[in-house]
Amino acid sequence: MNTKTRDTLGKVGVFALASVPLLDGIWRVTSGTRLGGNPIETLEHLSGQWALYLLAITLALTPLRTLFGWRWQLKLRRMLGLFAAFYALVHVVCYVWLDLGFAWDEIGTELIGRPTITIGAVAALGLLVLALTSPRAAVRRLGKRWQPLHRSVYLIAVMAVVHVAWKGKDGGEDALVYALVLIALLLPRFAVLAKKRSSPQA
Amino acid sequence: MMRKAISSNEITPESVFLKRRQVLQAAMALGAGSLVGCSVDSAEADTPSAATTRALTSTGSTDFAGGENWTPEKLVTSYNNFYELGLDKGDPAKNADWLKTDGWTVEVGGACAKPGTFAVEDLVNFNALEERVYRLRCVEAWSMVVPWLGVPLGDMLKRFEPTSNAKYVRFDTVLDPDNLKGQRSSILQWPYTEGLRIDEAMHPLSFMAVGLYGKTLPAQNGAPLRLVMPWKYGYKSIKSIVKIEFVEEQPDTSWNLSAPHEYGFYSNVNPSVSHPRWSQARERRIDGNVLSAKIDTQMFNGYADEVASLYTGMDLSKSF
Repeated sequence: MNTKTRDTLGKVGVFALASVPLLDGIWRVTSGTRLGGNPIETLEHLSGQWALYLLAITLALTPLRTLFGWRWQLKLRRMLGLFAAFYALVHVVCYVWLDLGFAWDEIGTELIGRPTITIGAVAALGLLVLALTSPRAAVRRLGKRWQPLHRSVYLIAVMAVVHVAWKGKDGGEDALVYALVLIALLLPRFAVLAKKRSSPQA
Repeated sequence: MMRKAISSNEITPESVFLKRRQVLQAAMALGAGSLVGCSVDSAEADTPSAATTRALTSTGSTDFAGGENWTPEKLVTSYNNFYELGLDKGDPAKNADWLKTDGWTVEVGGACAKPGTFAVEDLVNFNALEERVYRLRCVEAWSMVVPWLGVPLGDMLKRFEPTSNAKYVRFDTVLDPDNLKGQRSSILQWPYTEGLRIDEAMHPLSFMAVGLYGKTLPAQNGAPLRLVMPWKYGYKSIKSIVKIEFVEEQPDTSWNLSAPHEYGFYSNVNPSVSHPRWSQARERRIDGNVLSAKIDTQMFNGYADEVASLYTGMDLSKSF
C-alpha cells in the first residue's frame, strides 16, 4: 500500500469514527429513546463533550511527533479540528434553539451576565474562526499570520475547560479531569518552547 | 382526588411486566451497545423493581399542583440528584443497590422532651399515609410534579415535644462510604445535612415522604424516608434520613457549606434571585421531550399564598 492510499484510508476511517457521535445523536432523537428525562440537557452534554474530546485529540497529534517522531497523524489534524468545531456549533445550536428557544433577550443577558456562558461563547466563536480559516486558500491568503491565529487553539481549549468547570452545580469534578488532560497536552509544547529558548546560549 | 388513565402496568402484574421489559431492554442494549460502544442510558431503566419497593395505600390524595400532569414515574425514578449514588442524573437509579435500608433507624434528639431511636414504622404511621401531589423545583432549573406518600412533617415532629430552645431542626442523611461510593468524593461534606427553621418545619405543607406513585420510595428517591419541601429548591428535601435534631442555632447545610454565595440556608424558590451562574426565572418540566419549552418559575414555586407569611420583613435577595 502506498502512502497516498494509506492517508486516504486513514482519513475515511477517522471521518467515519468522528461522525459516530452525530449519528448516535440523530438516532437518539429520532427513535425518542436513550435521551433521558431531560433530552435537551443530554444533547447539550453530548455535543459539548465531543467538541472537547475531539479538540483534545487534535491537540494530541503534534506532541506525538515531538515525543515519538511520528508524522502520519499530522495529516488528520485539520479534519479532527473541523469536527471539534462542528460539535461546538451543534452545542451552541442546542443551547440557543432547544434550551433557550431563540429568546434573544435571555440569550443577551446570559452572554453578558454569566461568565460561564461568555467564555463558552468566545471559545465556540474562536473554533468557528479557526474552522473558516482552515481551507488551503485561507492558509495561503493569511500567510505568516495563519500560524499565530491558529495557535489560539490552546487558549480556546483553556476557555472550554473553564466553561465546563463553571457550567453546573457540580462541574468541578469533570473539569478537573479535563484540566489534567489539557495540562498533559500542553506540557510537551512548553518543553519545546523552553528548548528553543535555551539552545542559542548552549 | 385525581384518577389517571389505566396503564398497562396496572393490569399486568408488575413483576411480569418488568421482566418482559428487562428482556427487551437487554436485547436493545446488546444491539445498541455493539453499534456505538456505550451502555444503555439509565434513564431507560424501568421503574424500580418490585423486589425493592412495595405497594402502599393512602387515606386520600390531594393535588397541590394545580391539576398539572404528573411527571411519568419512569422519569421521577431515573432522573435524580443523589450524589451518594453518583453524580450523573442516571447514576442513582443505576447504583440503587448501594443504599442499604434493612433495619433502618432514625435517631431523634436535641431540644425535645421525647428523644429516641426509632424504626421508620414507629415514626410514620403507614396506615395513615396521605398522598400529596407537589411541584418539585430543582435549583438547576428543572422541575417535576410528583405524587408523594407520607405524613405532615409537623405532626411527626410534635410527638417528640420540642422545647422552646428548638429554634431549628437539623436532618442528616445516612453516612456509609463503604457502600455509598459517592461519599468518597469530596464534592460535598458528608453526611449530607440540611436544616429548617422550626416554623418552616411545622408548616402544614412540609412533608415527610416514605413513598411515591403508590409505592415505597426507591433508593434513588431517598428511601426509606425523605423530606419534601415544595416551596424550596430540591436539595432542601434531604433524602434517606437517619438523624433529626432540634437545635437552637441555625444549622449548617451541605450546599451552603460547599458554596455559600450560591446556596443559602433558606433556598426558597425565587425567580427574581438568580443563581450566580444561571437564571432562575424559568424552568424545564422534565417530560423527556426534546422540544419542550421552558415555563416561568413561580415565587415560592407557586406556594406563595401558603408560605409567604413565614418570611415577612425578610430581604429574600439577601436571605436567599
